[in-house]
Amino acid sequence: MSDNKLNRVGLLPKIFPDHKKFLYVTGLAGPARDAAALTDDGDNMYTMSGCMGAATCTGLGMALAAPDREVCVIAGDGELMMNIGSLATVATQAPKNLTICIVDNGGHGETGGQPGHTAIYTDLGKVAEGMGLKNVMVVTSEDQVADAAKFVASGEGPRFLVLRVAVGDPTNYKRDFNGAECRVRFREAFLNG
Amino acid sequence: MAETHKHDAWSRDMFKIFKDAGVTLFSYIPDAGNARLVELAEEDNEVKTVLLTTEEEGVALAAGADLVGGKAVLMMQSSGVGNCPNFLSFVKGSNFPILMMVSMRGDYGEQNPWQYPMGEAVHPILEAMGVLIFDVDRAEDLEKATNAAVSAVWKGGKSAAIVLGQKFLGAKGF
Repeated sequence: MSDNKLNRVGLLPKIFPDHKKFLYVTGLAGPARDAAALTDDGDNMYTMSGCMGAATCTGLGMALAAPDREVCVIAGDGELMMNIGSLATVATQAPKNLTICIVDNGGHGETGGQPGHTAIYTDLGKVAEGMGLKNVMVVTSEDQVADAAKFVASGEGPRFLVLRVAVGDPTNYKRDFNGAECRVRFREAFLNG
Repeated sequence: MAETHKHDAWSRDMFKIFKDAGVTLFSYIPDAGNARLVELAEEDNEVKTVLLTTEEEGVALAAGADLVGGKAVLMMQSSGVGNCPNFLSFVKGSNFPILMMVSMRGDYGEQNPWQYPMGEAVHPILEAMGVLIFDVDRAEDLEKATNAAVSAVWKGGKSAAIVLGQKFLGAKGF
């Protein structure tokens, strides 16, 4: 697994201090817990606990269908790797209102911490650039966190942010696992808000 | 171009039904059966086409659009249905309304043996994941089936696939 020192717990609130500005979709497992803690499982967030690999294109669908809102995907490295081609789909569409934030711990924390490809040779920042994404930032230490907050708050999307975090537990937060209820909650808040 | 012209009339009918229903996102993996429909969407500046890398991305894209009140249709060849089941958890587990248009291979008149395994699995996979199937085997069924599928999805809250068989599309020669 990764030898990074960046602690994931408490990291997202430093990068998204104004979290209500975004509509969020998360992948499954640890990053969903980190993200749900960020918004206190808010109605501007759709969290998943399955469909591994679906987060990026779910966010793309939101961004294309709601071009006046900022959309953010928060997912893990394993989740993204399972559908890595979705970055090409995003690059071709190039929605200005989409941010993809990858919590990259170099492994599969949810299933026992088995190493993933990004702990070996795969570099997600380079992959994203190769797929055609223009705005890419990789954060490996605490002193880059303020710049990461600026990166997601300004400039043109699509933005691709990799947080190379230390191995360790995600934020201790229990989110709503009922995908149908979360869908209704999100839609009602968005369409009536 | 011969293929796209061959499918021009029904593609125009189907595109109009989708557009009248409010579809603004047309995601696809290219196939001879959806080529004309994709061209029509590309020529229309009120809708967007989204080229995918694998078909399940289109299920996720449609779910994302639905979260913000948008409507998408996913167009693919039958082999792509085999890439979709895990993402169809959006349908069976979370009640997302998803509309698909599947152009069949491995069906009536197929000459390529590689197409049969997935062709034969299309109906069982869609049924297993809770997607209603609207088969089109004759030209006169196209409009009715498309309208029925659109109603099932955006009025009935179900997910649906319009499945264009090779009796309707014709089979490719090898």
